[in-house]
Amino acid sequence: MRPEASAIAVEGLVKSYGRTAALRGLTMHAARGTVVCLMGPNGAGKTTVIRVLSTLTRPDGGTAMVCGHDVVQAAGRVRALIGLTGQDAAVDEHLTAMENLWLFARLNGLARRLARSRVAELVEAFDLGPVAERPVRTYSGGLRRRVDLAAALVAAPPVLFVDEPTTGLDPRSRRTLWELIRARARAGSTILLTTQYLEEGDQLADRIYVVDQGRAVAEGTPDELKARIGGERIEVTLAHPAALPLAAAELETLLGGRPEVDAAALTVSVLTDDRPGVLSRAVRGLDEAGVDVTDVRLRRLTLDDVFFAFTGAEPAANGHRR
Amino acid sequence: MTAVAVEVTSLVRRNLIHLRRRPELLVFSIVEPVVLVLLFRYVFGGAVGLSTDLAYPDFMVPGILVQTVTLGSITIGAGLAQDLRLGLMDRFRSLPISRVSVVASHALAGLLRSSVVVLVMALVGVAVGFRPAASPSQALLALILLWLYGVAMAWVTLTLALILRSVEATETIGLGLLFPLTMLSSAFVPIETLPGPLRAFADHQPVTAAIDATRALLLDRPVGGDLWAAVAWSLAIVAVLAPVTAALYQRRIGR
Repeated sequence: MRPEASAIAVEGLVKSYGRTAALRGLTMHAARGTVVCLMGPNGAGKTTVIRVLSTLTRPDGGTAMVCGHDVVQAAGRVRALIGLTGQDAAVDEHLTAMENLWLFARLNGLARRLARSRVAELVEAFDLGPVAERPVRTYSGGLRRRVDLAAALVAAPPVLFVDEPTTGLDPRSRRTLWELIRARARAGSTILLTTQYLEEGDQLADRIYVVDQGRAVAEGTPDELKARIGGERIEVTLAHPAALPLAAAELETLLGGRPEVDAAALTVSVLTDDRPGVLSRAVRGLDEAGVDVTDVRLRRLTLDDVFFAFTGAEPAANGHRR
Repeated sequence: MTAVAVEVTSLVRRNLIHLRRRPELLVFSIVEPVVLVLLFRYVFGGAVGLSTDLAYPDFMVPGILVQTVTLGSITIGAGLAQDLRLGLMDRFRSLPISRVSVVASHALAGLLRSSVVVLVMALVGVAVGFRPAASPSQALLALILLWLYGVAMAWVTLTLALILRSVEATETIGLGLLFPLTMLSSAFVPIETLPGPLRAFADHQPVTAAIDATRALLLDRPVGGDLWAAVAWSLAIVAVLAPVTAALYQRRIGR
């Protein structure tokens, strides 16, 4: 992709905190008007990318550009183009939603009249009317994130950074936030999203970068990535440990995936695509081979599966890193 | 209005909303000095007053005013620490606003609050027998001096907040640092009565300088070198801490 066509262009970004390397040469691009997702476990470096791009953290090496402006050299320019909404809802707890939005509208340089109409617009769009007069600290988690997102959008920024918007939220709040992010994408913003959830990337992103240990290890549309990983995982629980090798071999022949055996749990699992009938074929095949099966499940891929597929290793040890 | 003025007024407005939402903060910052006034006026005053050349309320109330400004500044640093902790500072720093706006607004809002408390304390002082003799220009000068001194104290607690990055630590260490300074000063006792080393310390520290100048101005006594000492202390504190706070604030950006 040509850099000038990119709203976000990150090349070989390097950042360490003391001896811990957060980013080890991460490269990624986002074309104007697209939603791009950085997906990876805690500590993969996703948040650090967002912090560098939003001028909060200075990189040790590499370059990061937003709409053609270098985030280090032209930080002031970049700040006028971006909205940031983070993991912790960064709004003033003692202020109401309205007061928060008004504050950030004014700090973004909106004149009074414009600020007033913009706040009213956001209260309406984000359905904050019923609580707009109460201090934010009385809000639920989902509601706080909504206010936080609204605060990031107050100046209608062409580029929006959304750092793990739905971590810890209930499914309903999650869907509401997704809808609001989609609406912003339709309005033409370029959105860079980070998430630990495959489903979230699937729902929102045009392109996904899988990030592990400070690097982008895979890139593609959600469909491309899924096609490369396989769609789901079939997990079979056996009655006897002795049948484990036979079951593994049988599943490999039937479904083509590389089987994973968990001897302690008496399970064999294998990645499979979404084709209909895989479950019944697996059951029938094992039955014909004389394997006693106590449970068969089809489970959706987790990020671990994606990681396993792309890196051949378990995800890096969990550890919250900023 | 220029951009910075809009930013600072918007942010000061935010701090004043905090005060409205949590009136107990203001009440506490008034109750505490009132208790001290009553304690020193009616409990210790009888004994201590024997060694002052002024009527004890006249001696003590200017000290209370300076102490109010000094200890009131702790809230300023605590407010900044709160923003640092909540991640709100990240949002502020990602906005196209001036770097000084956030810090300046905390200081300004704190000084506005202190001004209210100083006014209340002056009235309480009058109620317990304080009889100022200042002309309007002397009173104005005293007020300006308290503000200048207040700016210096604000800088002290803002520096603490940037180093400690915790509300509790800023409050605890701020109080641990500033409260002894106000007690080892000329606020409540004539420093001539202190033993040698303590007296030397009390005689050469900013709180005493500010109190002596304020007292002289409010009682229409010759202010002389005290005023210049107080101004010099305040300017010196700001001159030393301004680059320190700037560097600390900057360092956070590298993280």
